[in-house]
Amino acid sequence: MTAPRNGFHAARWNEPLIQDLSEPGARGLLPGAVEPAIRAGAGDALARVPAHVRRAAPPALPEVTQHRVVRHFTRLAQMTMGFDVTTDMMGTCTMKYSPKVHEHIVRAARLADVHPGQDPETLQGVLAILYRFNRMMCAIAGMDEFTFQPASGAQGIYTNACLIRAYHAARGELGRRDEIITTAFSHPADAATPHVAGFKVITLMPGPQGYPELAALEAAVSPRTAGLMLTNPEDTGQYNPAIRAFVERVHAVGGLCAYDQANGNPLLGIARAGDAGFDLCQFNLHKTFSAPHGAIGLGCAAVGVKEPLRRFLPRPVVTLDGTRYGLDDDRPDAIERIRAFLGNVPTVVKAYAWVMSLGTEGLRAVAETAVLNNNYLLANIRRIKGVAIPWPENTAPKLEQVRYSWEPLHNDTGVTTMEIEQRMVDYGVQHYMPSHVPVLVPQPFTIEPGESLTIEEMDHMIATLRAIAAEAYEEPEVVHHAPHHASVARVDDGIANDPATWAFTHRALAKKRAAWSKPRSAAAKRHAGY
Amino acid sequence: MPPRVGVVVNPIAGLGGRVGLKGTDGVEVVARALALGAVPRAGARMAEALAALRARRRDVAIVSGDDAHDPVGGTNAADTIVAARVLAEAGVDLLLFAGGDGTARDILTAVGDRVPVLGVPAGVKMHSAVFAASPRAAADLAAAFFAGDAALAELEVMDLDEEAYRAGRVSARLYGFVRGPYRRDLVQGVKVGGVAGETAALDGLAAEVASRLGPGTPAILGPGTTMRAVAEALGAAKTLLGVDLVRDGRVIAVDAAEADLLRALATAEDARLIVAPIGGQGHILGRGNQQVSSEVIRRVGLDRLIVAATPAKLASLHHQALRVDTGDSGLDRALAGYRRVVTGRGAEAVCRVVA
Repeated sequence: MTAPRNGFHAARWNEPLIQDLSEPGARGLLPGAVEPAIRAGAGDALARVPAHVRRAAPPALPEVTQHRVVRHFTRLAQMTMGFDVTTDMMGTCTMKYSPKVHEHIVRAARLADVHPGQDPETLQGVLAILYRFNRMMCAIAGMDEFTFQPASGAQGIYTNACLIRAYHAARGELGRRDEIITTAFSHPADAATPHVAGFKVITLMPGPQGYPELAALEAAVSPRTAGLMLTNPEDTGQYNPAIRAFVERVHAVGGLCAYDQANGNPLLGIARAGDAGFDLCQFNLHKTFSAPHGAIGLGCAAVGVKEPLRRFLPRPVVTLDGTRYGLDDDRPDAIERIRAFLGNVPTVVKAYAWVMSLGTEGLRAVAETAVLNNNYLLANIRRIKGVAIPWPENTAPKLEQVRYSWEPLHNDTGVTTMEIEQRMVDYGVQHYMPSHVPVLVPQPFTIEPGESLTIEEMDHMIATLRAIAAEAYEEPEVVHHAPHHASVARVDDGIANDPATWAFTHRALAKKRAAWSKPRSAAAKRHAGY
Repeated sequence: MPPRVGVVVNPIAGLGGRVGLKGTDGVEVVARALALGAVPRAGARMAEALAALRARRRDVAIVSGDDAHDPVGGTNAADTIVAARVLAEAGVDLLLFAGGDGTARDILTAVGDRVPVLGVPAGVKMHSAVFAASPRAAADLAAAFFAGDAALAELEVMDLDEEAYRAGRVSARLYGFVRGPYRRDLVQGVKVGGVAGETAALDGLAAEVASRLGPGTPAILGPGTTMRAVAEALGAAKTLLGVDLVRDGRVIAVDAAEADLLRALATAEDARLIVAPIGGQGHILGRGNQQVSSEVIRRVGLDRLIVAATPAKLASLHHQALRVDTGDSGLDRALAGYRRVVTGRGAEAVCRVVA
């Protein structure tokens, strides 16, 4: 039996913000003086920058020596538990190995230095990739046209809602079709974004098998139904085998069906949204198609539609007139643009490279391996004391992930899933995903191994969970007060979630610090000692 | 300042259940249970909870009386009430009690909503929402409360009529509400500054329900905090425990009995019946709102029933179905199946209802 990793300790540096390291005059290197002839020949370089994009004053960059800059970022990297140093099986996120060569490709000047404002004649290579990958995605999903404009999964799902709205509006039916149906274990964006698009939302709660029964849909469909927006498999990893009947029922009342394939990893090369009757769908290229997501990657949701919805896709659409690629901006029926220009093109290029390297058989192998890995984990994790599998009567294999429950362990020991998540860091394992909200499964944890893990990594994960469960029963204090070997102990979620207490930029931070120095709010008081 | 926990143990709680009796109300039942070999366990359950709490919060101060009753000596509800009152007056931050629904009722009588209350499950029946799932889960919830990760909510105190229960009939009553800690992370990140999550959710739900009632439509509102919010959205002030009849922003029958409702329905053909799930059990009809009898429900019409619950309330049921128990099996069957539940502004859930 594999042993958990003992003796791990994260690096801990009390590292200030780089702006706080700034010392006037400090430099990384000092370039030599420009020769007078060159200076004269170049003239006033700044004058060549158009006035409207020229800064009035130089940027307030920190002044730091080179070795201190390198140490600063190296220390931060050391304190970061990323995929490059340890395993990540975060459920609902489809974390997978992303070939490093893809970073090299997209950082090369031929992609990094082009601008979407250029004449399309000078962007033929980029447009060729976008056009070709569009055709590939159509083949993978059974659709007729894709857009890569949305920059996140939620934006992709919002795009689905906007397309459904545009379709009914064009038919003059929007006023009387104002309800979108989703399911409780679909991604919360399937409920949230139709609200933003102006729809009412009806959420189907799970039936005895863990997914909604057709009878639940029956209670929801009506002439008011604008569409169905759901994931399948849902976040529980359970596949609704009646999905075709769901689609037919919604079509029968005139609604559209949008397949959120954020959980699409187990479907590649096996099942296609179009074949199941869906009118539109979306994949997250930053999950399923290997492009990194989170802090190191740019998101991209690929939204695909069947022919009747094609005219509603946001502009521009990449076209091919036989020999030259172009951008079609003249689209009177199109929904408003979701994102500027063509979206995050580097992410599309990474996904294109990934699909090209795998081929049709490779994509199917991805899905099969991900499902096999997940069921290997399930077979082992279900034997850990304190773990329950929700809906035990559903004995069908799970697909790419499982939402487990620590409810028995919590009732026996008082230890919570969040505490176990913290304790995992002490074993050098990244956290797991507990659950999206609302939390319908008590003390949940969601694990998705994907296809790129080795069996040793999965065994290590199982051993870690088993060791922590044993600790919970034998010395729960150790788990209650974890982590003990992490860079940072507990982060106050309240501060992390409160817009009054976080800042994305140093300029915003400076403003908020000024506000904190004049205590007014509870948030300010929490920061009095900053 | 270290948190202060007041502790009340009902030493005879749970005795009946261990020997197959359906409760421990009454001196004879205690004597019979002890004669049958029942061993008191409430004290041990509380000790387990306190040890687990201490493991999390070493600074917690435990306050209790010096009462050491002999269970056989005939402790009774009055002892629970006196102990709880003394602790509430001593200013404890949380009143932790071990017992069952009967004990919860006594705590309600003693302290009402003056002090936060949390139940360590040790009784035969625990239908009240004030109970944690286990002693250690109670410790976890108490620690979360002291750490600011749990908010206070009004929680139902339910109890069965034990005489009826032993005779094979189930009859649950809603006795009132205590304030108890409840985890907010079921629906959102904890401690999100400035976002009054559950209050905002309740306001949205209430506005949605109110918008469905046209002018002149009489509405029968069931008991509970959800219906109180609906009444407020309608511009009326309803009783928390009772069933009230509201029309055009005015309460036209306060704390109505079945006969009052039937009388009102005799002249109102378009009445709506609006109810919320009760407690942690998910009952929408037949428990806690028996005034809404099967005849009242039939008179209103099943298609004019509105069920409402916030997402947090539905989540707290942990994917169990909603329940009906009207005492009329034909009606229960008609109510069972899938039903739309209003969950917020422009939001509904389709939930399974079982008889």
